[in-house]
Amino acid sequence: MREVSIIGIGITKFGELWDKSLRQLGLETGLAAISDAGITSKDIDALYIGNMAAGSTLQQEHVSALMADYCGLASQNVPATRVEAASASGGLAIRQAYMAIAGGFIDIAVVGGAEKMTDVSDSESSYTVSMGSDEQWESKAGATFASLHAMMTQSHMQQYGTTREEMSAVSAKNHYHASMNPMAQFPFTISSEAVSNSGLVSSPLRMLDCAPNSDGAAAVVLCATEKAKKYGKKSIRIIGSGQASDTLSLHHRKHLNQMPAIRVAAKRAFKSCGKKANDIDLIEVHDNFTISEIIALEEIGIFRRGKAAAKILEGETKLGGKIPTNTSGGLKARGHAPGATGIAQVVEVVQQLRGEAGDRQVKDAKIGMVENHGGTAATAVIHILEGE
Amino acid sequence: MSVPRFWRELDTRYNLIGSYCKITKTYHYPRRSFNPEAGRESIGGMEDYQFKGTGEIVTSTVVYQAQTGYEMFGPYCMAIVKLDEGPMMTTQIVDCDPNTVKPGMKVKSVFRKLGEDSESGILHYGTKFILSEEIEIEEDNENLPDIEV
Repeated sequence: MREVSIIGIGITKFGELWDKSLRQLGLETGLAAISDAGITSKDIDALYIGNMAAGSTLQQEHVSALMADYCGLASQNVPATRVEAASASGGLAIRQAYMAIAGGFIDIAVVGGAEKMTDVSDSESSYTVSMGSDEQWESKAGATFASLHAMMTQSHMQQYGTTREEMSAVSAKNHYHASMNPMAQFPFTISSEAVSNSGLVSSPLRMLDCAPNSDGAAAVVLCATEKAKKYGKKSIRIIGSGQASDTLSLHHRKHLNQMPAIRVAAKRAFKSCGKKANDIDLIEVHDNFTISEIIALEEIGIFRRGKAAAKILEGETKLGGKIPTNTSGGLKARGHAPGATGIAQVVEVVQQLRGEAGDRQVKDAKIGMVENHGGTAATAVIHILEGE
Repeated sequence: MSVPRFWRELDTRYNLIGSYCKITKTYHYPRRSFNPEAGRESIGGMEDYQFKGTGEIVTSTVVYQAQTGYEMFGPYCMAIVKLDEGPMMTTQIVDCDPNTVKPGMKVKSVFRKLGEDSESGILHYGTKFILSEEIEIEEDNENLPDIEV
């Protein structure tokens, strides 16, 4: 197996980008990534696209060919593949490219994620997000995506005594980080009290516990490490990669307050590089709801089960703390554009490991982790990155 | 939901028909022709089973931002119910103050309308749950409007 490096990154601002189409977002971010890598379109062996919902939100499938075409790669007949695993589409697209390069099939791949969630009404975009759970036996029975996470929260609170104050600390911390990220959808701070007093969405989850449904795009250029030296930028190695799946429905799991797919994907990623949880300097986790960040940190082993929420409240996951978490602002405050999210998370960690994260720079960051999941974690993808 | 897609599951949805695996002696809902725990040996060995329709609340939430098609119910209670035979399912708890639903409460199934395709589309029916034990609701009879029958 060959080593794989990330040699270029690109990202758009996340938010309500009404003046931009899916293809525009894809082109913008793809061009940014290949310019950053110092490659030309002739160097690209393959294109991987993370996209969850273009079929339901834009009545457009075949997004892989669309992106290849509008990025100017159709005349070269570059192989283009769309990867879909709900909100894990982006992370999974990176893993497909990683495996193709590690396996020796190709040398350079561009991985792009793009999503348009605001071309449809709020209720339509919310229903689209809930398609990541079981449409027949969850959504159609009346369960919103938020309500499934609300039940996980109830279960977590009941078993571990997780409090409202601890949940609010997750969201307030992520907004604080986003206030230093110019690409964030909500680049401003909010108080913990504001989270606790925001309107109920599905008890006990409140509006400011929930990530938005955003438009946005992000891209990375992956290259076989042995060939990466040819290109200008500081390259960041992908030293570990892991993926796992679980039952699609939450109600088919043994524990409603756990996400075993994350645990297994993390174990596989750690095993692939011989690292442990305490080797990680910073981490981006999939905080589609505040509870998800708490459970993810427990599953990965950053904190013991039932202890993460208290550690977050103590400030251990804040910039300057023991393990800065979601320095981008996370899904909550950077924004959540499902197919792009997993790639945006990797872009953040690459910026941190390059030392280019500006005001939100984590000091002496050497090793970073990215956790991206789909549905109620029926798919989880983990990558571990190391700087030079 | 398309008519054939719903029609295929009528007995599962209307009558809580699931499956019993003769190999592991376990119950499954919704119906499966294959038990993931028993593997391919279970194929052909899954029997239809009608659940008693009784169980208890494992966890629940009050939904304020309703699911599409459920707007008229809001706020409503969604719960994960563990059926007495073992399997769990996600369902709406109806005919009660949604805030009174707590883990451990006994529930039983009722036949209800789930939704409709459009104003003139087909109606979808299925199973929801009610609390088994009556919870006293204080009625203020004096303020009820007089209705002439």
